[in-house]
Amino acid sequence: MSIDLSLLPDGGVSWLDASGEHAGIVLSTRIRLARNLEGFAFAARAREGERLRVLSSVRDAVGASPSLQNSLLVRVDELSGQERLLLHERHLVSKELAGLDHRHPIRSGAAVFLGASSSVMVNEEDHLRIQALRSGFDLDEAYASIERVDADLGGRVPYAYHPEFGFLTSCPTNTGTGMRASVLIHLPGLVLTKEIGKVLNGLQTMGLTYRGLYGEGSEVIGNFFQISNQTTLGRSEEELLEQIKHVVRSVIGHEEEARRVLLRDAGYIIEDKLWRAYGTLRYARSLTFDEAMNYLSGVRLAVGLKLISGLSVYTLNKLLIFSQAAHLTYLEGRSLTDGEAGLARARYVRQALADEAGSSG
Amino acid sequence: MMCDNCKQNDAVITLTQPTASGVVNTLHLCEKCAAERGVEPSASVPKTALGTFLLSMHKQAAPVPVGTERCAFCGSSLRDFKESERLGCARCYTTFEGSLRDLLRRLHGNSKHVGKSYQAPDAEGEHGVSLRAELQDRLRRAVDSEQFELAAKLRDQIKASE
Repeated sequence: MSIDLSLLPDGGVSWLDASGEHAGIVLSTRIRLARNLEGFAFAARAREGERLRVLSSVRDAVGASPSLQNSLLVRVDELSGQERLLLHERHLVSKELAGLDHRHPIRSGAAVFLGASSSVMVNEEDHLRIQALRSGFDLDEAYASIERVDADLGGRVPYAYHPEFGFLTSCPTNTGTGMRASVLIHLPGLVLTKEIGKVLNGLQTMGLTYRGLYGEGSEVIGNFFQISNQTTLGRSEEELLEQIKHVVRSVIGHEEEARRVLLRDAGYIIEDKLWRAYGTLRYARSLTFDEAMNYLSGVRLAVGLKLISGLSVYTLNKLLIFSQAAHLTYLEGRSLTDGEAGLARARYVRQALADEAGSSG
Repeated sequence: MMCDNCKQNDAVITLTQPTASGVVNTLHLCEKCAAERGVEPSASVPKTALGTFLLSMHKQAAPVPVGTERCAFCGSSLRDFKESERLGCARCYTTFEGSLRDLLRRLHGNSKHVGKSYQAPDAEGEHGVSLRAELQDRLRRAVDSEQFELAAKLRDQIKASE
Protein backbone atom coordinates (compact mmCIF):
# COMPACT_ATOMS: atom_id res chain seq x y z
CA MET A 1 0.00 0.00 0.00
CA SER A 2 1.05 3.57 -0.43
CA ILE A 3 0.24 6.30 2.02
CA ASP A 4 -2.07 9.05 0.89
CA LEU A 5 -1.74 11.64 3.60
CA SER A 6 -4.45 13.74 2.02
CA LEU A 7 -6.89 11.21 3.42
CA LEU A 8 -6.13 12.44 6.89
CA PRO A 9 -7.81 15.51 8.26
CA ASP A 10 -5.18 18.22 7.60
CA GLY A 11 -2.71 15.60 6.48
CA GLY A 12 -2.40 14.58 10.11
CA VAL A 13 -0.83 17.81 11.21
CA SER A 14 -3.80 19.69 12.64
CA TRP A 15 -1.84 19.98 15.85
CA LEU A 16 0.39 22.48 14.07
CA ASP A 17 -2.38 25.02 13.73
CA ALA A 18 -1.13 27.06 16.66
CA SER A 19 -4.65 27.42 18.00
CA GLY A 20 -3.91 26.17 21.50
CA GLU A 21 -3.11 28.08 24.65
CA HIS A 22 0.38 29.64 24.87
CA ALA A 23 0.99 28.39 21.34
CA GLY A 24 3.82 30.84 20.95
CA ILE A 25 5.92 29.16 23.62
CA VAL A 26 4.37 25.71 23.82
CA LEU A 27 4.23 24.19 20.35
CA SER A 28 2.30 21.06 21.24
CA THR A 29 1.11 18.72 23.97
CA ARG A 30 1.30 14.97 23.62
CA ILE A 31 0.07 12.19 25.84
CA ARG A 32 0.57 8.53 25.15
CA LEU A 33 -0.61 5.39 26.93
CA ALA A 34 1.22 2.10 26.61
CA ARG A 35 -0.94 -1.03 26.69
CA ASN A 36 -0.44 -4.71 25.91
CA LEU A 37 -2.94 -7.43 25.13
CA GLU A 38 -3.30 -10.33 27.54
CA GLY A 39 -2.37 -13.70 26.09
CA PHE A 40 0.27 -12.53 23.62
CA ALA A 41 4.01 -12.19 24.12
CA PHE A 42 5.40 -8.67 24.15
CA ALA A 43 7.30 -7.14 21.23
CA ALA A 44 10.66 -8.61 22.26
CA ARG A 45 9.35 -12.19 22.10
CA ALA A 46 6.32 -12.06 19.85
CA ARG A 47 6.62 -13.88 16.57
CA GLU A 48 5.10 -12.70 13.33
CA GLY A 49 1.95 -14.80 13.77
CA GLU A 50 1.30 -13.34 17.19
CA ARG A 51 1.82 -9.78 16.00
CA LEU A 52 -0.61 -10.30 13.15
CA ARG A 53 -3.18 -11.76 15.53
CA VAL A 54 -2.71 -8.76 17.84
CA LEU A 55 -3.29 -6.46 14.88
CA SER A 56 -6.37 -8.40 13.88
CA SER A 57 -7.88 -8.19 17.39
CA VAL A 58 -7.10 -4.50 17.59
CA ARG A 59 -8.58 -3.91 14.17
CA ASP A 60 -11.88 -5.47 15.28
CA ALA A 61 -11.86 -3.42 18.48
CA VAL A 62 -11.09 -0.19 16.61
CA GLY A 63 -13.90 -0.88 14.17
CA ALA A 64 -16.37 -1.02 17.06
CA SER A 65 -14.95 1.99 18.94
CA PRO A 66 -16.87 5.27 18.64
CA SER A 67 -13.79 7.29 19.57
CA LEU A 68 -11.91 5.90 16.57
CA GLN A 69 -14.70 6.12 14.05
CA ASN A 70 -13.43 6.78 10.53
CA SER A 71 -9.84 6.31 11.59
CA LEU A 72 -7.39 5.41 8.84
CA LEU A 73 -5.43 2.18 9.15
CA VAL A 74 -1.90 2.46 7.84
CA ARG A 75 0.10 -0.76 7.50
CA VAL A 76 3.45 0.77 8.28
CA ASP A 77 5.12 -2.56 7.54
CA GLU A 78 3.96 -2.30 3.93
CA LEU A 79 5.26 1.20 3.28
CA SER A 80 8.55 2.15 1.66
CA GLY A 81 11.32 3.56 3.86
CA GLN A 82 10.65 7.00 2.43
CA GLU A 83 6.96 6.87 3.32
CA ARG A 84 7.73 5.66 6.83
CA LEU A 85 10.14 8.54 7.28
CA LEU A 86 7.46 10.95 6.11
CA LEU A 87 5.03 9.68 8.75
CA HIS A 88 7.70 9.96 11.40
CA GLU A 89 8.55 13.52 10.38
CA ARG A 90 4.91 14.45 10.91
CA HIS A 91 5.10 13.03 14.43
CA LEU A 92 2.47 10.44 13.50
CA VAL A 93 4.61 7.40 14.25
CA SER A 94 7.64 6.83 16.41
CA LYS A 95 11.08 6.06 15.03
CA GLU A 96 10.77 2.50 16.30
CA LEU A 97 7.43 1.80 14.65
CA ALA A 98 8.73 3.23 11.39
CA GLY A 99 11.73 0.90 11.53
CA LEU A 100 14.07 3.89 11.49
CA ASP A 101 15.84 3.00 14.72
CA HIS A 102 18.85 0.86 13.83
CA ARG A 103 18.26 -1.24 16.93
CA HIS A 104 14.72 -2.09 15.83
CA PRO A 105 14.17 -2.88 12.14
CA ILE A 106 10.62 -2.72 10.78
CA ARG A 107 8.41 -5.46 12.23
CA SER A 108 5.64 -7.26 10.42
CA GLY A 109 2.31 -6.15 11.83
CA ALA A 110 3.57 -2.64 12.55
CA ALA A 111 0.58 -0.39 11.96
CA VAL A 112 -1.10 2.78 13.09
CA PHE A 113 -4.73 3.82 13.25
CA LEU A 114 -4.93 7.55 12.59
CA GLY A 115 -8.03 9.20 13.95
CA ALA A 116 -9.14 12.81 14.04
CA SER A 117 -8.01 13.51 17.58
CA SER A 118 -5.93 10.50 18.52
CA SER A 119 -4.00 7.62 17.05
CA VAL A 120 -3.08 4.09 18.02
CA MET A 121 0.25 2.52 17.11
CA VAL A 122 0.20 -1.28 17.01
CA ASN A 123 3.17 -3.61 17.50
CA GLU A 124 5.69 -0.98 18.52
CA GLU A 125 7.55 -1.44 21.81
CA ASP A 126 4.16 -2.38 23.27
CA HIS A 127 1.18 -3.89 21.49
CA LEU A 128 -0.66 -0.58 21.74
CA ARG A 129 0.53 2.98 22.01
CA ILE A 130 -2.50 5.27 22.20
CA GLN A 131 -1.56 8.86 21.48
CA ALA A 132 -3.20 12.28 21.46
CA LEU A 133 -1.39 15.29 20.06
CA ARG A 134 -2.71 18.81 20.56
CA SER A 135 -1.71 22.30 19.57
CA GLY A 136 -0.34 24.47 22.37
CA PHE A 137 -0.58 23.68 26.07
CA ASP A 138 -3.61 21.46 26.58
CA LEU A 139 -3.05 18.43 28.76
CA ASP A 140 -6.69 18.12 29.84
CA GLU A 141 -8.11 17.95 26.33
CA ALA A 142 -5.40 15.53 25.22
CA TYR A 143 -6.06 13.30 28.21
CA ALA A 144 -9.82 13.33 27.68
CA SER A 145 -9.34 12.11 24.09
CA ILE A 146 -7.00 9.38 25.15
CA GLU A 147 -9.25 8.18 27.98
CA ARG A 148 -12.11 7.66 25.54
CA VAL A 149 -9.93 5.56 23.27
CA ASP A 150 -8.49 3.63 26.21
CA ALA A 151 -11.97 2.85 27.52
CA ASP A 152 -13.24 1.85 24.07
CA LEU A 153 -10.34 -0.47 23.31
CA GLY A 154 -9.87 -1.83 26.86
CA GLY A 155 -13.53 -2.74 26.92
CA ARG A 156 -13.12 -4.84 23.79
CA VAL A 157 -9.69 -6.45 24.06
CA PRO A 158 -8.24 -7.70 27.37
CA TYR A 159 -5.31 -5.59 28.48
CA ALA A 160 -2.41 -7.10 30.43
CA TYR A 161 -2.95 -5.66 33.90
CA HIS A 162 -1.60 -6.55 37.35
CA PRO A 163 -3.29 -5.41 40.58
CA GLU A 164 0.01 -4.35 42.13
CA PHE A 165 2.04 -3.16 39.12
CA GLY A 166 -0.79 -1.73 37.01
CA PHE A 167 -0.77 -1.84 33.21
CA LEU A 168 2.06 -4.13 32.17
CA THR A 169 4.53 -2.89 29.61
CA SER A 170 7.48 -4.21 27.70
CA CYS A 171 9.86 -1.90 29.46
CA PRO A 172 9.46 -1.46 33.24
CA THR A 173 10.06 2.27 32.85
CA ASN A 174 6.49 2.50 31.51
CA THR A 175 4.67 0.15 33.87
CA GLY A 176 1.80 1.35 36.03
CA THR A 177 -0.16 4.08 34.32
CA GLY A 178 1.77 3.50 31.09
CA MET A 179 1.39 7.22 30.60
CA ARG A 180 3.95 9.60 29.20
CA ALA A 181 2.71 13.17 28.98
CA SER A 182 4.96 15.69 27.31
CA VAL A 183 4.97 19.25 26.20
CA LEU A 184 7.11 20.63 23.37
CA ILE A 185 8.26 24.03 24.49
CA HIS A 186 10.39 26.77 22.94
CA LEU A 187 12.81 28.38 25.40
CA PRO A 188 15.15 30.74 23.54
CA GLY A 189 14.85 33.40 26.24
CA LEU A 190 16.16 31.09 28.94
CA VAL A 191 18.91 29.82 26.64
CA LEU A 192 20.06 33.33 25.71
CA THR A 193 20.01 34.57 29.31
CA LYS A 194 21.86 31.40 30.32
CA GLU A 195 19.16 30.54 32.86
CA ILE A 196 18.25 27.32 31.07
CA GLY A 197 20.56 25.09 33.12
CA LYS A 198 18.94 26.11 36.38
CA VAL A 199 15.46 25.57 35.01
CA LEU A 200 16.28 22.16 33.54
CA ASN A 201 17.92 20.99 36.76
CA GLY A 202 14.85 22.16 38.62
CA LEU A 203 12.73 19.94 36.38
CA GLN A 204 14.59 16.87 37.48
CA THR A 205 14.08 17.51 41.14
CA MET A 206 10.37 17.66 40.32
CA GLY A 207 10.38 14.18 38.83
CA LEU A 208 10.26 15.41 35.24
CA THR A 209 12.73 14.97 32.44
CA TYR A 210 13.52 16.64 29.12
CA ARG A 211 14.72 15.71 25.66
CA GLY A 212 15.39 17.45 22.38
CA LEU A 213 12.79 17.99 19.69
CA TYR A 214 12.91 14.54 18.22
CA GLY A 215 12.36 12.50 21.37
CA GLU A 216 14.50 9.91 23.09
CA GLY A 217 18.22 10.32 22.60
CA SER A 218 17.91 13.47 20.56
CA GLU A 219 19.98 16.60 20.88
CA VAL A 220 18.43 19.90 21.71
CA ILE A 221 17.82 21.71 18.47
CA GLY A 222 16.23 25.07 17.77
CA ASN A 223 15.85 25.73 21.51
CA PHE A 224 12.98 23.24 21.63
CA PHE A 225 12.63 21.04 24.68
CA GLN A 226 10.28 18.14 25.30
CA ILE A 227 9.37 18.10 28.97
CA SER A 228 7.70 14.95 30.23
CA ASN A 229 7.06 12.93 33.36
CA GLN A 230 9.85 10.60 34.31
CA THR A 231 7.93 8.05 36.36
CA THR A 232 4.71 6.24 35.51
CA LEU A 233 4.13 4.17 38.65
CA GLY A 234 3.10 5.19 42.14
CA ARG A 235 1.15 8.28 41.13
CA SER A 236 -2.29 8.47 39.60
CA GLU A 237 -2.77 9.80 36.08
CA GLU A 238 -4.35 12.96 37.51
CA GLU A 239 -1.45 13.55 39.88
CA LEU A 240 1.09 13.14 37.08
CA LEU A 241 -0.81 15.56 34.86
CA GLU A 242 -1.20 18.12 37.64
CA GLN A 243 2.51 17.95 38.29
CA ILE A 244 3.44 18.56 34.67
CA LYS A 245 0.89 21.36 34.38
CA HIS A 246 2.27 23.04 37.44
CA VAL A 247 5.89 22.80 36.34
CA VAL A 248 5.25 23.82 32.73
CA ARG A 249 3.27 26.87 33.88
CA SER A 250 6.25 27.83 35.98
CA VAL A 251 8.66 27.29 33.06
CA ILE A 252 6.46 29.42 30.79
CA GLY A 253 6.60 32.13 33.44
CA HIS A 254 10.40 31.94 33.59
CA GLU A 255 10.65 32.07 29.79
CA GLU A 256 8.42 35.12 29.60
CA GLU A 257 10.50 36.82 32.27
CA ALA A 258 13.74 35.96 30.45
CA ARG A 259 12.34 37.51 27.28
CA ARG A 260 11.46 40.69 29.15
CA VAL A 261 14.99 40.85 30.53
CA LEU A 262 16.46 40.36 27.05
CA LEU A 263 14.44 43.19 25.59
CA ARG A 264 15.21 45.47 28.48
CA ASP A 265 18.94 44.82 28.76
CA ALA A 266 19.96 43.92 25.22
CA GLY A 267 17.14 45.25 23.12
CA TYR A 268 18.90 46.29 19.94
CA ILE A 269 21.39 43.40 20.05
CA ILE A 270 18.57 40.90 20.18
CA GLU A 271 16.57 42.72 17.54
CA ASP A 272 19.55 42.71 15.20
CA LYS A 273 20.24 39.02 15.80
CA LEU A 274 16.65 38.02 15.20
CA TRP A 275 16.19 40.16 12.08
CA ARG A 276 19.39 38.65 10.66
CA ALA A 277 17.87 35.22 11.25
CA TYR A 278 14.76 36.32 9.37
CA GLY A 279 16.85 37.84 6.61
CA THR A 280 18.83 34.65 6.11
CA LEU A 281 15.71 32.55 5.89
CA ARG A 282 14.16 35.02 3.44
CA TYR A 283 17.11 35.11 1.08
CA ALA A 284 19.57 32.25 1.62
CA ARG A 285 20.06 29.91 -1.31
CA SER A 286 21.04 26.87 0.75
CA LEU A 287 20.13 25.83 4.28
CA THR A 288 21.14 22.77 6.27
CA PHE A 289 18.51 21.32 8.57
CA ASP A 290 20.34 22.57 11.67
CA GLU A 291 20.68 26.07 10.25
CA ALA A 292 17.00 26.16 9.38
CA MET A 293 16.05 25.03 12.89
CA ASN A 294 18.24 27.64 14.53
CA TYR A 295 17.09 30.53 12.37
CA LEU A 296 13.48 29.44 12.72
CA SER A 297 13.95 29.52 16.46
CA GLY A 298 15.14 33.12 16.19
CA VAL A 299 12.21 34.10 14.00
CA ARG A 300 9.76 32.38 16.32
CA LEU A 301 11.19 34.41 19.19
CA ALA A 302 10.92 37.57 17.10
CA VAL A 303 7.25 36.86 16.50
CA GLY A 304 6.74 36.17 20.19
CA LEU A 305 8.43 39.47 21.10
CA LYS A 306 6.30 41.24 18.50
CA LEU A 307 9.39 42.45 16.67
CA ILE A 308 8.06 40.98 13.45
CA SER A 309 4.43 41.19 12.46
CA GLY A 310 2.49 39.56 9.67
CA LEU A 311 4.18 36.19 10.16
CA SER A 312 2.06 33.45 11.65
CA VAL A 313 3.16 30.83 14.14
CA TYR A 314 1.29 28.33 11.98
CA THR A 315 3.67 29.02 9.07
CA LEU A 316 6.65 28.62 11.36
CA ASN A 317 5.25 25.32 12.60
CA LYS A 318 4.74 24.09 9.06
CA LEU A 319 8.30 25.02 8.21
CA LEU A 320 9.53 22.89 11.09
CA ILE A 321 7.88 19.85 9.57
CA PHE A 322 8.31 20.54 5.88
CA SER A 323 12.00 21.38 6.00
CA GLN A 324 12.82 17.81 7.02
CA ALA A 325 14.46 15.37 4.62
CA ALA A 326 11.58 13.12 3.62
CA HIS A 327 9.26 16.07 3.15
CA LEU A 328 11.69 17.74 0.77
CA THR A 329 12.01 14.50 -1.17
CA TYR A 330 8.23 14.33 -1.31
CA LEU A 331 8.00 17.95 -2.52
CA GLU A 332 10.67 17.55 -5.16
CA GLY A 333 9.36 14.16 -6.22
CA ARG A 334 12.76 12.46 -6.19
CA SER A 335 15.55 11.55 -3.80
CA LEU A 336 18.02 14.34 -3.09
CA THR A 337 21.69 14.59 -2.22
CA ASP A 338 22.53 16.67 0.84
CA GLY A 339 23.41 19.59 -1.41
CA GLU A 340 20.14 19.34 -3.31
CA ALA A 341 18.22 19.05 -0.05
CA GLY A 342 19.89 22.23 1.18
CA LEU A 343 18.78 24.06 -1.97
CA ALA A 344 15.27 22.65 -1.82
CA ARG A 345 14.93 23.55 1.84
CA ALA A 346 16.04 27.14 1.26
CA ARG A 347 13.70 27.42 -1.70
CA TYR A 348 10.74 26.13 0.30
CA VAL A 349 11.47 28.47 3.22
CA ARG A 350 11.93 31.50 0.94
CA GLN A 351 8.64 30.78 -0.76
CA ALA A 352 6.70 30.32 2.49
CA LEU A 353 8.09 33.53 3.99
CA ALA A 354 7.63 35.52 0.81
CA ASP A 355 4.01 34.41 0.64
CA GLU A 356 3.46 35.58 4.21
CA ALA A 357 5.23 38.89 3.58
CA GLY A 358 3.26 39.40 0.37
CA SER A 359 -0.10 38.63 1.89
CA SER A 360 0.46 40.89 4.90
CA GLY A 361 0.79 43.83 2.48
CA MET B 1 19.26 13.88 30.82
CA MET B 2 21.28 16.58 29.09
CA CYS B 3 24.94 17.49 29.57
CA ASP B 4 25.34 20.24 32.17
CA ASN B 5 28.11 21.82 30.13
CA CYS B 6 26.97 22.07 26.55
CA LYS B 7 23.25 21.37 27.15
CA GLN B 8 23.20 19.73 23.75
CA ASN B 9 24.11 16.06 24.07
CA ASP B 10 22.89 13.35 26.38
CA ALA B 11 24.86 13.11 29.63
CA VAL B 12 26.56 9.75 30.07
CA ILE B 13 29.00 10.47 32.90
CA THR B 14 28.41 11.74 36.39
CA LEU B 15 31.35 13.59 37.88
CA THR B 16 31.41 14.27 41.59
CA GLN B 17 33.82 16.93 42.71
CA PRO B 18 34.41 17.85 46.33
CA THR B 19 35.14 21.54 46.62
CA ALA B 20 37.25 23.41 49.11
CA SER B 21 34.18 24.35 51.12
CA GLY B 22 33.30 20.70 51.58
CA VAL B 23 30.31 20.87 49.23
CA VAL B 24 30.26 18.12 46.65
CA ASN B 25 29.40 19.25 43.13
CA THR B 26 27.71 16.79 40.85
CA LEU B 27 28.13 17.33 37.13
CA HIS B 28 26.44 15.36 34.40
CA LEU B 29 28.50 15.42 31.22
CA CYS B 30 28.37 14.08 27.69
CA GLU B 31 31.35 12.16 26.34
CA LYS B 32 32.75 15.17 24.51
CA CYS B 33 32.65 17.56 27.47
CA ALA B 34 33.96 14.87 29.80
CA ALA B 35 36.87 14.23 27.47
CA GLU B 36 37.59 17.95 27.42
CA ARG B 37 37.86 17.82 31.19
CA GLY B 38 40.17 14.86 31.02
CA VAL B 39 37.65 12.32 32.26
CA GLU B 40 37.95 8.93 30.64
CA PRO B 41 34.55 7.63 29.55
CA SER B 42 34.14 4.00 30.33
CA ALA B 43 32.57 1.99 27.56
CA SER B 44 30.31 0.23 29.97
CA VAL B 45 28.89 3.28 31.74
CA PRO B 46 25.13 2.82 31.70
CA LYS B 47 23.03 5.72 30.51
CA THR B 48 19.83 5.09 32.34
CA ALA B 49 18.52 4.02 35.72
CA LEU B 50 17.45 0.79 34.05
CA GLY B 51 20.94 0.25 32.69
CA THR B 52 22.50 0.89 36.07
CA PHE B 53 20.22 -1.64 37.71
CA LEU B 54 20.94 -4.28 35.10
CA LEU B 55 24.66 -3.69 35.50
CA SER B 56 24.41 -4.11 39.25
CA MET B 57 22.46 -7.33 38.75
CA HIS B 58 25.32 -8.61 36.68
CA LYS B 59 27.87 -7.73 39.33
CA GLN B 60 25.90 -9.33 42.14
CA ALA B 61 27.49 -12.48 43.51
CA ALA B 62 24.08 -13.36 44.91
CA PRO B 63 22.91 -16.93 45.49
CA VAL B 64 19.89 -16.13 43.28
CA PRO B 65 20.66 -17.77 39.95
CA VAL B 66 20.25 -14.78 37.67
CA GLY B 67 19.46 -15.84 34.16
CA THR B 68 18.48 -19.46 34.64
CA GLU B 69 14.78 -19.33 35.49
CA ARG B 70 12.49 -19.01 32.48
CA CYS B 71 8.99 -17.64 32.16
CA ALA B 72 6.46 -20.40 31.49
CA PHE B 73 4.58 -18.38 28.87
CA CYS B 74 7.28 -16.81 26.73
CA GLY B 75 10.48 -18.59 27.73
CA SER B 76 12.39 -15.40 28.63
CA SER B 77 14.93 -15.31 31.40
CA LEU B 78 16.29 -12.40 33.41
CA ARG B 79 19.40 -12.57 31.26
CA ASP B 80 17.25 -11.96 28.19
CA PHE B 81 15.80 -8.97 30.00
CA LYS B 82 19.27 -7.70 30.81
CA GLU B 83 20.32 -7.90 27.17
CA SER B 84 17.26 -6.44 25.54
CA GLU B 85 16.09 -4.23 28.44
CA ARG B 86 12.61 -5.53 27.64
CA LEU B 87 10.40 -8.13 29.25
CA GLY B 88 8.95 -10.98 27.23
CA CYS B 89 5.32 -11.02 28.33
CA ALA B 90 2.84 -10.15 31.08
CA ARG B 91 3.57 -13.41 32.88
CA CYS B 92 7.20 -12.32 33.36
CA TYR B 93 6.00 -9.81 35.93
CA THR B 94 4.84 -12.71 38.09
CA THR B 95 7.73 -15.04 37.29
CA PHE B 96 10.33 -12.44 38.20
CA GLU B 97 8.20 -10.57 40.69
CA GLY B 98 10.86 -10.05 43.35
CA SER B 99 13.52 -8.62 41.05
CA LEU B 100 11.00 -6.51 39.21
CA ARG B 101 9.52 -5.07 42.37
CA ASP B 102 13.02 -3.91 43.36
CA LEU B 103 13.67 -2.48 39.92
CA LEU B 104 10.33 -0.68 39.83
CA ARG B 105 11.05 0.90 43.20
CA ARG B 106 14.37 2.13 41.90
CA LEU B 107 12.94 3.44 38.64
CA HIS B 108 9.77 5.04 39.94
CA GLY B 109 10.38 5.41 43.67
CA ASN B 110 7.40 3.11 44.12
CA SER B 111 6.16 -0.28 42.99
CA LYS B 112 2.45 0.08 43.72
CA HIS B 113 0.08 1.26 41.03
CA VAL B 114 -2.40 3.88 42.25
CA GLY B 115 -3.71 5.04 38.91
CA LYS B 116 -6.82 3.79 37.18
CA SER B 117 -7.83 0.20 37.72
CA TYR B 118 -8.93 -2.15 34.99
CA GLN B 119 -11.33 -5.02 34.45
CA ALA B 120 -10.90 -7.10 31.32
CA PRO B 121 -14.01 -7.67 29.19
CA ASP B 122 -15.57 -11.17 29.24
CA ALA B 123 -13.86 -13.52 26.83
CA GLU B 124 -15.29 -14.16 23.34
CA GLY B 125 -18.30 -12.84 21.53
CA GLU B 126 -19.60 -9.42 20.65
CA HIS B 127 -20.83 -6.83 23.11
CA GLY B 128 -18.95 -8.56 25.94
CA VAL B 129 -21.38 -11.49 26.03
CA SER B 130 -19.51 -14.70 26.68
CA LEU B 131 -19.85 -17.37 24.02
CA ARG B 132 -20.35 -20.07 26.59
CA ALA B 133 -23.12 -18.17 28.35
CA GLU B 134 -24.85 -17.74 25.02
CA LEU B 135 -24.57 -21.44 24.19
CA GLN B 136 -25.90 -22.38 27.62
CA ASP B 137 -28.89 -20.11 27.12
CA ARG B 138 -29.60 -21.71 23.78
CA LEU B 139 -29.23 -25.19 25.27
CA ARG B 140 -31.76 -24.43 27.98
CA ARG B 141 -34.17 -23.08 25.39
CA ALA B 142 -33.66 -26.15 23.19
CA VAL B 143 -34.38 -28.51 26.11
CA ASP B 144 -37.45 -26.50 27.11
CA SER B 145 -38.81 -26.71 23.60
CA GLU B 146 -37.94 -30.42 23.41
CA GLN B 147 -35.53 -29.95 20.47
CA PHE B 148 -33.31 -32.73 21.79
CA GLU B 149 -31.14 -33.15 18.70
CA LEU B 150 -30.29 -29.44 18.75
CA ALA B 151 -29.76 -29.64 22.52
CA ALA B 152 -27.27 -32.48 22.05
CA LYS B 153 -25.39 -30.47 19.40
CA LEU B 154 -25.21 -27.45 21.70
CA ARG B 155 -24.07 -29.59 24.61
CA ASP B 156 -21.20 -30.89 22.47
CA GLN B 157 -20.24 -27.34 21.46
CA ILE B 158 -20.16 -26.26 25.09
CA LYS B 159 -18.00 -29.25 26.00
CA ALA B 160 -15.64 -28.44 23.11
CA SER B 161 -15.19 -24.85 24.28
CA GLU B 162 -14.11 -25.88 27.79
